[in-house]
Amino acid sequence: MKTPKFLLPVATAGVLALTLSACGGGGGGGTTAGGGDAEAGLDGRGPITYVQGKDNSNVVRPLIAKWNAAHPNEKVTFKEQTDQADQQHDDLVQHFQAKDAGYDVVDVDVVWTAEFAAKGWLQPLKDKMAFDTSAMLKPTVDSGTYKGTLYAAPQTSDGALLYYRKDLVPTPPKTWDEMMSMCSIAKQNNIGCYGGQLSKYEGLTVNASEAINSAGGSVLDKDGKPSLNTAEAKAGLENLAKAYADGNIPKEGITFQEELSRQAFQSGKLLFLRNWPYVYNLATTEGSSAVKDKLGIAPIPGKDGPGASSLGGHNLAVSVYSKNKATALDFLKFMTSEETEKFYATQGSLAPVLGSLYTDAALVKKLPYLPVLKTSIENAVPRPVTPFYPAVTKAIQENAYSAIKGEKPVDSALSDMQKSIESAGAGS
Amino acid sequence: MATEVGPTPVKAPASGGAPIHHGPKGVGEDNKILSQGKWASWLLAPTIIALAVVIIYPIISAIVMSFQKDAGLDPATGLFTAGGPAGVQNYVNWIAQQCSAPAGGTVACPPGTLGAQFWSATATTFFFTVVTVAFETVLGFWMAMIMARAFKGRSLVRAAVLVPWAIPTAVTAKLWFFIFAFEGIANKLFNTSILWTGSEWPAKWAVVIADVWKTTPFMALLILAGLQMIPAEVYEAAKVDGATAWQRFRLITLPLVKPALMVAILFRTLDALRMFDLPYILTGGANNTTTLSILVINQIRQGFNAAAALSTITFIIIFLVAFIFVRFLGANVVEQSGATGKGKK
Repeated sequence: MKTPKFLLPVATAGVLALTLSACGGGGGGGTTAGGGDAEAGLDGRGPITYVQGKDNSNVVRPLIAKWNAAHPNEKVTFKEQTDQADQQHDDLVQHFQAKDAGYDVVDVDVVWTAEFAAKGWLQPLKDKMAFDTSAMLKPTVDSGTYKGTLYAAPQTSDGALLYYRKDLVPTPPKTWDEMMSMCSIAKQNNIGCYGGQLSKYEGLTVNASEAINSAGGSVLDKDGKPSLNTAEAKAGLENLAKAYADGNIPKEGITFQEELSRQAFQSGKLLFLRNWPYVYNLATTEGSSAVKDKLGIAPIPGKDGPGASSLGGHNLAVSVYSKNKATALDFLKFMTSEETEKFYATQGSLAPVLGSLYTDAALVKKLPYLPVLKTSIENAVPRPVTPFYPAVTKAIQENAYSAIKGEKPVDSALSDMQKSIESAGAGS
Repeated sequence: MATEVGPTPVKAPASGGAPIHHGPKGVGEDNKILSQGKWASWLLAPTIIALAVVIIYPIISAIVMSFQKDAGLDPATGLFTAGGPAGVQNYVNWIAQQCSAPAGGTVACPPGTLGAQFWSATATTFFFTVVTVAFETVLGFWMAMIMARAFKGRSLVRAAVLVPWAIPTAVTAKLWFFIFAFEGIANKLFNTSILWTGSEWPAKWAVVIADVWKTTPFMALLILAGLQMIPAEVYEAAKVDGATAWQRFRLITLPLVKPALMVAILFRTLDALRMFDLPYILTGGANNTTTLSILVINQIRQGFNAAAALSTITFIIIFLVAFIFVRFLGANVVEQSGATGKGKK
């Protein structure tokens, strides 16, 4: 009789211990700037590894095959991660902490670049490792730059587009106010007016920063300090909050992520939609689409002209722990060459970072949204470039969500956002 | 026979973790049969080493980390530098909801920081645990009673009931995400326009419903195992004595199935206290559905050491709940077997 009573706590402890150990595994203690590592292996040549998330549209493999055929002594091995951004991030962190020389060239989301650079894991692209970005769109270069130094080469980009119903709106709105005044058209037709991505996740950071930047404000100033206690930031966030309170953003808009908002627009339930370029192909070709021939695209509206889109996309970086950095740099140049950028666009519908390609007739024929997207990316502001990005994005999401739902005045949401970001930057 | 019912189901799951404690102690006590003890310790050694590597080392490492400061940014170079020892500061920060202030020292965490969510996450975790386990126990019991009966197609029903449990939680969560979308099945079916994932209580209930759907089969099977231990003669005897169906349930089924039931509840409670993937995918932790585990994962991305402190706190909370539970459960096992013994006389 006594045995089970005695054994159970032990068993329980075992189960609990598993829980805890799952959480503690990622540790590695302090991080130090990799000054010594950044000097090593600069002339090294030899086989390298390229690390990227899941290659869904078979873009990477043909490119690597092409490179390997031309460089038999400096072959690239492709290490494919999962298709979940969070898991890719955590995988990179673990390998960098272990100073893994096997992760030579890594594909980093634009928002991780500053964090990895500040941890000292990315090779600065200067001096021997200098990388020419003069042909690239400036906002994409900014996304790879931390404290004035380029740490990652822009690879692909992404910007927001405003999709609209051209059967109902003859000319697209240029400003936010203009767009709001067109909402009466939506009412007459008994559909929702504007939809974005306002569910509480990364998409909300994108949409809220866009609103703030488009109104002339900014989340962070040039020194990376929060700058949200401004009239412009307030006007930006208020635009969203007011539109939601008025019903110009339908009430289900608060649950929209990319796909739900696309489905709502595609089934004819929205007049305007803010989304990424991928929607274009689906909305014009999918059989179920109700807006096939009624779809227009425009830059997102701003205060008195095109708005400031948040920037998506990926950058390529070289690990400081790589032993073959000369090969890695060549590979970086190969992966961002004009020919490769074209291949990204045609094979994977990924937006190029080279300005010249946006007017390339053959490409525009295949991806008709390119000229509009160019305007969007040229006016884009990278999402806050800060090594504390995970904390900053949470601060924005938490407070913008309450403000849009009307649970909290815009003023106090912004000042809470400001304080949260300050606290994250203060370190513990 | 009836007295044997108690310990059997309890013992089986417990044996998994037993060697940690029981092994070496057993060796020390069994001095009389020395060679046998030696032999046993050799046999146990691989298990103990494996446990040390995969469980004890990470736990100690996590606890050590929790007393370290997180890396801070050097404003001059823009690079992170190691934080150094923190004492119990990480723990104090979580429990008192204090965050670092820009001017040094700490201030109350402003809304939007993870630190400000500790107590609400704790409350949410307990809310989910109590509500889901209560529903799962009642529904699971009911399902087990049905499955225990002999009827045509019983094995088919048993297999079918297992389907929700067999689907990975992440997939379940995504399915329910679409069901609870504004244009989803839930609203269509009931002709409502509820923003299931857009406001606090609907979001909480959405998580509860999805969790109950998924884990009730687990409960049902554990209870079913307990029900099948009850010999049919006991019921026959009760029938002969003229007991009604309700009396048979209350005086025979319930007490005899109690040990199995308690173990099932304990396992579900511990599981529910760690709930992560379902709310993480279904609601993203919005509208007050952030559980402690979600908070830990979010904090890992912002600083390992504070996350280690939080996971240690979570560990202690779950341990306390389990401890209280086991005391309560243990007392019942003894009391109940005594009672049945009396009943037999």
